[in-house]
Amino acid sequence: MNEVLALSLSELSERIDRGDLSSRDIVEAFLGRIDEVDDRVRAMVRTHREPALREASAADDARRKGNAKGPLHGLPIVLKDNLVSPDFETHCGSRILQGFRAPYEATVVTKLKAAGMIVLGNTNMDEFAMGSSTENSSLHPTSNPWDLGRVPGGSSGGSAAAVAAREAPAALGSDTGGSIRQPASLCGIAGMKPTYGRVSRYGLVAFASSLDQIGPMGNRVSDLALLLEVIAGHDAKDSTSLEKEVPHYKGALDGSVDDLRIGVPRKLFETPGADPRTLALVREAIEELERAGAKTVDVELPHSAYGIAAYYLICTAEASSNLSRYDGVKFGYRAEAETLDEMYRRTRSEGFGREVKRRILLGTYVLSAGYYDAYYRKAQRIRTLVREDFRRAFEGCDVIAMPTAPGPAWPLGERVEDPLQMYLQDTFTVTANLAGLPALSVPCGFVEDRWPAGLHLITRPLDESTLLRVGDAYERRTEWHQRMPSLSA
Amino acid sequence: MSQRYEGWEPVIGLEVHCQLRTESKLFSSAPNHFGAEPNHHTTEVDLGMPGVLPVINGHAVELALRVALALGCKVHPVSIFARKHYFYPDLPKGYQISQYEEPYSTEGAVPVELDGEEFLVPLTRIHMEEDAGKLVHDSAITGGAASYVDLNRAGVPLIEIVSEPAMHTPEVAAAYLRSLHSIVRYVGASDADMEKGNFRCDANVSVRHAGTETLGTRTELKNLNSFRFVEKAIAYEIERHIDVIEGGGEIVQETRLWDDKTGQSRSMRGKENAHDYRYFPEPDLIPLRLGEDLIVSQRDKLPALPHERRKCYREEWGLAVQDATTLAEDRGIAEYFEATVVESELPKLAANWVKQTVLRTLTDTGSSIEELKATPRHLAALLKLVDGGQLTVANGRDVFAEMVETGEDAATIMQAKGLESVSDTGELETMAREVLDANADQLEKFRAGEEKIFNWFVGQIMKKTRGKANPAAVQQVLKKLLAI
Repeated sequence: MNEVLALSLSELSERIDRGDLSSRDIVEAFLGRIDEVDDRVRAMVRTHREPALREASAADDARRKGNAKGPLHGLPIVLKDNLVSPDFETHCGSRILQGFRAPYEATVVTKLKAAGMIVLGNTNMDEFAMGSSTENSSLHPTSNPWDLGRVPGGSSGGSAAAVAAREAPAALGSDTGGSIRQPASLCGIAGMKPTYGRVSRYGLVAFASSLDQIGPMGNRVSDLALLLEVIAGHDAKDSTSLEKEVPHYKGALDGSVDDLRIGVPRKLFETPGADPRTLALVREAIEELERAGAKTVDVELPHSAYGIAAYYLICTAEASSNLSRYDGVKFGYRAEAETLDEMYRRTRSEGFGREVKRRILLGTYVLSAGYYDAYYRKAQRIRTLVREDFRRAFEGCDVIAMPTAPGPAWPLGERVEDPLQMYLQDTFTVTANLAGLPALSVPCGFVEDRWPAGLHLITRPLDESTLLRVGDAYERRTEWHQRMPSLSA
Repeated sequence: MSQRYEGWEPVIGLEVHCQLRTESKLFSSAPNHFGAEPNHHTTEVDLGMPGVLPVINGHAVELALRVALALGCKVHPVSIFARKHYFYPDLPKGYQISQYEEPYSTEGAVPVELDGEEFLVPLTRIHMEEDAGKLVHDSAITGGAASYVDLNRAGVPLIEIVSEPAMHTPEVAAAYLRSLHSIVRYVGASDADMEKGNFRCDANVSVRHAGTETLGTRTELKNLNSFRFVEKAIAYEIERHIDVIEGGGEIVQETRLWDDKTGQSRSMRGKENAHDYRYFPEPDLIPLRLGEDLIVSQRDKLPALPHERRKCYREEWGLAVQDATTLAEDRGIAEYFEATVVESELPKLAANWVKQTVLRTLTDTGSSIEELKATPRHLAALLKLVDGGQLTVANGRDVFAEMVETGEDAATIMQAKGLESVSDTGELETMAREVLDANADQLEKFRAGEEKIFNWFVGQIMKKTRGKANPAAVQQVLKKLLAI
């Protein structure tokens, strides 16, 4: 394997600065890696070979002339296929968006381009980000680079697998109930969901608007810091984006945790169905943080037990609404029919996959006259209680630690007929979305020495710096992030 | 009214959709102008494309606020946008962003004048929402089966003004609508051009036995595109309700379409087909906050309103009810009239001239009052000449016409055209003598008692002065000569 592929964004940036590597070298290396392994991983849905090479040469030229745009200029990244740009099509894992190319650009894509980053391609995902295995893609499933017979997690499974397989040094994903953190955990990489409103959602194909958040994925926590600094910030096009200064995240990574109190919600570790092997790895990771000087304290999150129920009511309600626009009238797939109603029915029946239709049905029901109070309104009340739980917990601690996913990756196909089992993948992650809190997953070992597990860290709103500092400190004391998958079949 | 409907009391409530006069749409930067090529005034936000987000237009909020303040509504410091769902090709997102459980404004009332009586019609609420696009059907153009979607109107800012079911005759409903129409234009919130569809009315109609409280089953009338339609359609619907009930039938709750060609309403959608709109709070927008500063700044921008002006015209300036109503209806006309009164101190004369000559000129030339070269100052000067007898009313009209063309002042035009009244008594006496001398036979008849000859003499003298004489002065001189 080309040694370039093992480098982090920061390391690649340093090599370019020193003149040891060119952007062209780097982009060629990663494109070569995609050629070499993606027929097995199937993380990518589209690769932008020619434009990427052109941009790499242009970046090298600019650097030679002293016009570098910053540390990420000329470095490649891959994007989940729900971030739009006129530069490429966006299918969102759905037949209904086949051939769709937006005439406008997601704010995060514009920001990455302004920082000089090069989009190598778009990554596979569960249709409209609904799923935890990337098997709900209309195109093809993606494999876990650590075990090609297993799922990479989801819905940002393509992004996670691409980074884990070193097809790209970093990726963007989106996280509505764990869609960045769970695949990051299952693929042994770092992934962060920022505070709701920290990153503009403009141009992110909406799944559940009050929960969706774009975030970075990479092989190093410090790379997430670099990327977050680029993509964060207020955007006039997104009314829910926060008007708060973007800190210098990487500057906060000093390796120290001895001033911090880590809250451990012991009860959650008793969640039925959680894999004891994963739990053991997470406990061990918390002990490692203690050895690094952090104090641990017990915290209670009493309403977390209702998190999944509240989450699936809210996200399906919002999804049923957000997906109303796919009606065959204006863009995307249209089934021909004699009448308007028939056209609607057939377009949506044929254009959407099973999981998406299931959620549209659920969400439509949840919002229906006579059920709204019992479901949607009640779920919103629980959401408030969950938020309140965290507020109270953070009076006694700075960061809360728990597992990211309840267990390691499972065999492809094993759970496709069991949506409820699939929904339980989100047990530990949804509460951060419900409360709008920043949360991070960092690799914390391997189950059976084969399948990665993730340590899940959650903190106060807008305190991504602390989150990244803890993740980075843990990474400095461990070697999990340095392992690479062999990609043998 | 109970006599008119023989023991029945109609109950009417109106819902008015009024487009706000903004540069851009409610949630996008696309222009809000009527009459562009189809789909040219759209952005990705109006087209409901994937990943787009709405951003509220601050100017639309200000205009909406102004209407609420003008109508004395309670303004809510925090209100919530909600999504209203239904599938139709003119609704790009599959939902309309509106306000539902928590509108920005509730209560308030519309001051209405009908037949000289002033009263208030109470409001339930006003909320903000976006307009839908339009379908153009081939059947109407070529007879074909295709329909075309035009989304220029999609996302245009609207306020929906909902009255209480508190009106009881079609005439009151029409008067309410006129008053509301006048007010939204007054405060600069809307052009309220019914022909362009920027002021649209639906009516809820029911009847109940006079003296009872419980509301009868209502029907909702749509497609009421003019003040006249509103009155006709409601009158028809009231009669229909009474006929159905008296015939032993029952009114079905439904939406009905008014067809002005047939002069009838027909069923469009029954209750069983009523939409479940599945409202829920719009997660892409934060709650709308209307701070005290904004409220004060918009209240400061409110002009005196038509009902306040009507009162002033009647009570301070002694105008007749009908004149006061006509002059106060349009803000431009009212301000022109008031400026003329202030300059001339001749309210009644000014009222007559504005109501007749000025309004006719506007109709004839198709120009607006603001474009008129004859300003209130010009008109006031003209009125003073007429009032002082230097100019006859008829010649005054000619002077005004000239003024509209050139923008010259009245005195200049009068002198240039030699229209100044002859009121020099010496000169008039000379002319009068000449007329009497030349018509000895007529004089004889007059002396014999034919009194109407007096007016004939006046006419002859006027003729001699080519209309410039002050008729009163002529009469005076003539009376003196005839010693009567």
